[in-house]
Amino acid sequence: MDNIILSTAARALAFGTPLMLGSLGAVYAERAGVVNLGMEGMMILGALAGFAITKNTGSPLEGILIAALVGGLAASIHAFISITLKANQYVSGLALSMFGLGLSSLLGKPFEGLPLFTQLENVSIPGLSSIPGLGVFFTDQSPLSYFALVLGVVLWLVLFRSKLGVVIRSTGENPSAVDALGGNVTLVRYACVIFGGMLAGMAGAFLSVAYRPAWTEGLTGGIGWIALSIAIFAAWNPLGAIGGSLFFGALYSLSFSKLQESISPSLLKMMPFICVLLALSLNALRKNSRSNVPEALGLPYQRGQR
Amino acid sequence: MSLDTATAPIKRSNARQWGPFNIETRETPPQSWLFTLSMLSVLATLILTGVIFALYGQNPITAYVTLAQGTLGDLSSLGVVLQRAIPLMLIGVGLVVAFRAQFFNIGAEGQLLAGAVGASAVALFFPNFGFLEIPVMFIVAFICGAVWGFIPAILKLKLEINEVISTLMMNYIAISIVEWLVNGPWKGKNQVGYSYTDTFPDAAWIPKISSSTVHYPTLIVALALVALVAFVIARTRLGFRMRILGENPVAAKYVGINTLSTTLAVVMLSAGAAGIAGAGEVGAIHHKLLDPAQISLGYGYTAIIVAWLARGNPISVIFTAIFLGVVFAAGDVMKVSLQMPAQTTNVINGLLLFFLISTEPLVKLKISLARGT
Repeated sequence: MDNIILSTAARALAFGTPLMLGSLGAVYAERAGVVNLGMEGMMILGALAGFAITKNTGSPLEGILIAALVGGLAASIHAFISITLKANQYVSGLALSMFGLGLSSLLGKPFEGLPLFTQLENVSIPGLSSIPGLGVFFTDQSPLSYFALVLGVVLWLVLFRSKLGVVIRSTGENPSAVDALGGNVTLVRYACVIFGGMLAGMAGAFLSVAYRPAWTEGLTGGIGWIALSIAIFAAWNPLGAIGGSLFFGALYSLSFSKLQESISPSLLKMMPFICVLLALSLNALRKNSRSNVPEALGLPYQRGQR
Repeated sequence: MSLDTATAPIKRSNARQWGPFNIETRETPPQSWLFTLSMLSVLATLILTGVIFALYGQNPITAYVTLAQGTLGDLSSLGVVLQRAIPLMLIGVGLVVAFRAQFFNIGAEGQLLAGAVGASAVALFFPNFGFLEIPVMFIVAFICGAVWGFIPAILKLKLEINEVISTLMMNYIAISIVEWLVNGPWKGKNQVGYSYTDTFPDAAWIPKISSSTVHYPTLIVALALVALVAFVIARTRLGFRMRILGENPVAAKYVGINTLSTTLAVVMLSAGAAGIAGAGEVGAIHHKLLDPAQISLGYGYTAIIVAWLARGNPISVIFTAIFLGVVFAAGDVMKVSLQMPAQTTNVINGLLLFFLISTEPLVKLKISLARGT
């Protein structure tokens, strides 16, 4: 029994890594007041870029960096349309998801089914891996998983313990106040959206370079949407996003585990999606859950207009 | 049509000059201007897609000629276009209504599958309704789709859960359920090795115009729905409530409009229409329930563009559905003649949607040549 729990926990971190990266990015973009429903598209473009670059250069690190750039580039389209042109953020993000899915299957066709000889290898952290209980999190995991964990803590510190964090949060709560105090609403929003896109791109690259080194059309399979939901019921808190991602990581790993012998795999596959609906509902039923929503979320900022 | 409730119209002093042009703002843009903007969006999309074709190593001109010939060149390919347009029309007109009432339904994909499951259940387990078989399939499909839409609607109205996320989750859940059905309890006894149900009995085959794939009963239902929606929006109390709700939800509450029941009615109409589209796909094209990716092909997402391109006008949906039917059919041609994945149409869809919303700020502008300068 102990073994099942430990192995589930260990794999929860692996399954949870793309969710962590994605939802941390969503937390920052939405804290600054911009919803980006293009997560699925940015992730899959990142996955393709990561795979293609790693395949060509043999360096997974380069692949992941380029994937981040591609994710950021994709996000900048959304930033331009929703921040500069002040168009509807929800539709723009959705369009980005469609565009990303389409473009990745077009450009990815030559890579379909190719093996990757230089994947990102898992590592163990000496010392930490021998802690009883928690050790599984530091044994034979992807470097990106460690990166995501550390990043989550750093992003929490920045958001809630630094001056920059105050500016970011105020931009999402009350952009006209930021503007009046001499802050640059547009700059902050652009930066946060593009940063979110870079993390989404890395999340995609994790899938195609580290987790299961291969490229297939539509390989993200809805992970982007789950990452977006995690940001919501984590109440836009980076630490909550880590917790939520690990929870959904555990769900995913359960659905690929021994349970498959007794329950149909297609029914297990829908478990995470049902849990998203349940988690969102429970979160909404909690008292004062609305108080955390960034006040200006989803609204374009126009100077002189409230 | 604008989903921004936050940017309520602000009266501004009019008429600015910009180069040789006079720019004014106005509240009710004429249809011709909306049409021009939509056409510009389509044109820009085609140009950018051409660039992508070129980067992919295809000559964009020959690619477009191949696509045009393959989709509009002869009667049978026109039939395919119309076949693709049927579900798009049904879902699109439903989405026009939903978007007008500020419910951003991204779940038509799942609602279509729910309808397909309902219609299949009738065809497989209750095949004895005689000439009523197909009408019963349509009705059950409508109800199943509507139920699938009811869940996210009630989650939004009671718990303020964002409908974009919840309807998407419902899509993935529907996909899993259909996969489970065709691999498990409903797997056909005569379908060894395939994930299909048994083939529907003859009574449940929706008829088609001779030797084409155009299933006219579904098309008639779609056109009737367009007419009904146009009438409801223009002439009835429900339509009036929907308009107010869409344009100013706060005012809607003050004048005593029941936001809850109006939104529920609208969403269930939209979701039910998607359900009927599902009945059409399994009843006329496949004659069985099968892999969800083969049933739907992304009609639910593409219909969002059908509705957006129609800019809130139900009658326009007939034409925008046919236009996106061409794009859909082009996907098949790409696969066969250009060796590009059919998913490439999503590039066109995404770009078109980008351009449509980017031109949104221009909708209320009136641009004319300045006189006397």
